[in-house]
Amino acid sequence: MIAAQNLRLTFGKGTPLENPALCGLSLTVNQGEFVTVIGSNGAGKSTFLNALSGEVLVDSGVIEVDGEDVTKLPTHKRAGRVSRVFQDPLAGTCENLTIEENMALAIKRGMRRGLGTAVKTRYRDRFREGLATLNLGLENRLGDKMGLLSGGQRQAVSLLMASLNPSSILLLDEHTAALDPRTAEFVLDLTKRIIREQEKTALMVTHSMKQALEVGDRTVMLHQGQVVFDIAGQDREGLTVSDLLKLFEKQRGIEVTDDSLLLG
Amino acid sequence: MLSEIALYGAFETGLIYGLVAFGIYLSFRVLDFPDLTVDGSFPLGAAVSAVMIINGWNPWLATGAAIIAGMAAGAVTATLNVRLKILNLLASILTMIALYSVNLRIMGRPNIALLSEETVLTPWYDMGLAFHQVPVVLFFIVAVVVLILLWRFMESETGLAMRATGANPRMARAQGIATGWMIILGVALSNGLVALAGSLFAQSQGAADVTMGVGVIVVGLASLIGGEAVLSPRSVLRALLACLIGAILYRLAIALALNAEFIGLKTQDLNLITAVLVTLAIVLPGARHSVKSFFARS
Repeated sequence: MIAAQNLRLTFGKGTPLENPALCGLSLTVNQGEFVTVIGSNGAGKSTFLNALSGEVLVDSGVIEVDGEDVTKLPTHKRAGRVSRVFQDPLAGTCENLTIEENMALAIKRGMRRGLGTAVKTRYRDRFREGLATLNLGLENRLGDKMGLLSGGQRQAVSLLMASLNPSSILLLDEHTAALDPRTAEFVLDLTKRIIREQEKTALMVTHSMKQALEVGDRTVMLHQGQVVFDIAGQDREGLTVSDLLKLFEKQRGIEVTDDSLLLG
Repeated sequence: MLSEIALYGAFETGLIYGLVAFGIYLSFRVLDFPDLTVDGSFPLGAAVSAVMIINGWNPWLATGAAIIAGMAAGAVTATLNVRLKILNLLASILTMIALYSVNLRIMGRPNIALLSEETVLTPWYDMGLAFHQVPVVLFFIVAVVVLILLWRFMESETGLAMRATGANPRMARAQGIATGWMIILGVALSNGLVALAGSLFAQSQGAADVTMGVGVIVVGLASLIGGEAVLSPRSVLRALLACLIGAILYRLAIALALNAEFIGLKTQDLNLITAVLVTLAIVLPGARHSVKSFFARS
């Protein structure tokens, strides 16, 4: 479960470049819920995810994960609860390390790391099993450097890494945006499968309104650092992109001009 | 060309600088942390062990103390960077400068002779080996033990976390790795190794001198880069072997250059030769490639 209350964050406070990114954002995501997040550029989507993962600390407000206050904790202390897949396929893995080494890093996420061998034989079987479900032939390439994989393959492995050990929330930051349409669809299907199988609480930022409505159980729209729109269940079914746009404009009295929201 | 003594001498210093190269591999390659502290931690190791040895301490204990002192120096550099947010290169220069004064304080004078003292080498002279072979045998054992320990460490969970910290800090944090502590630990280990090298160097050369650290970073880098050019470091083990091989090859190259009388080089040209060798080691692998592609085109 995620509970964010009244988050405020301003970048470059007190300078001419002062930029309020979160302006009293509140959102509660229930256990096992899969929420898609949309919003135009600068709406605060990525900042919100960064605030949840600990990469940025909010100026005020409270963030709770599974009932525990994590507002002041740095990223590495939240990692046991929060797993994450980045937009940039290069960001979520280490290209100089092998596939199995990357996965060995992830299997210990949020746990103490000792002096025992990192890539244990019993892990290898698990890695191979997980990689086999991707149908990319990676199960025979455990010792290959991550840098040899394509962007789509790396995103798929990142997802697998996020699911290797039980974290309660999964943050996806436009993780299909840098991929070609076919690969993006493959990665999205994999995402849905992992979230369903592991009953994860997930937050997926997307740039596509269509995807936001089709995937997950609930859709949230951010605008100027606030939640302007939150729809789930029956209201959400049958909703089209143009309905969503109309609702958005009615709620805010603003016109959506960002083309990228309309496309896709 | 090379006398037997000069050959053994090259191996002896090469093995010591292999330890320096291990340290530089840890900071420059694993952590991506350009660390110049080594110019201060090398004489620091020498100073600490020299002072302890002339005061009657067991030489192995003195060597151990040198490692700890070196680790402390590395921890200072890394803390300046991680906690006080000073640029890594600058932080290391600050520690290096400070260590010059610290080393003078530790020794109480600019140099300490160890010629008649008991060192880690003393017991080995009674074992029937030739005088000039003793350091090579002992330092070879030390270097291999350190290599194996370092290799096992880099393959451990903590070692892997350290490699991730250098390669992709954002990903490392997302995997729950305290990257700040990893940098402190890694730079401390790196300087501990360099101080060990300084301590052994002082004991085999028979003196610790406050200026003996000048240029250690360049020699270490020369060994590292040269070794990587010879043995492409695809795995941790290969990278560590490359450090050792690079350091020995470097010393052999220096010995050859200084002994080949027709070239007319003298001892005072050492640093110039070093700079040229480093440049060649960096440029040659690329040059080989462009020569190949030139012929492929035509």
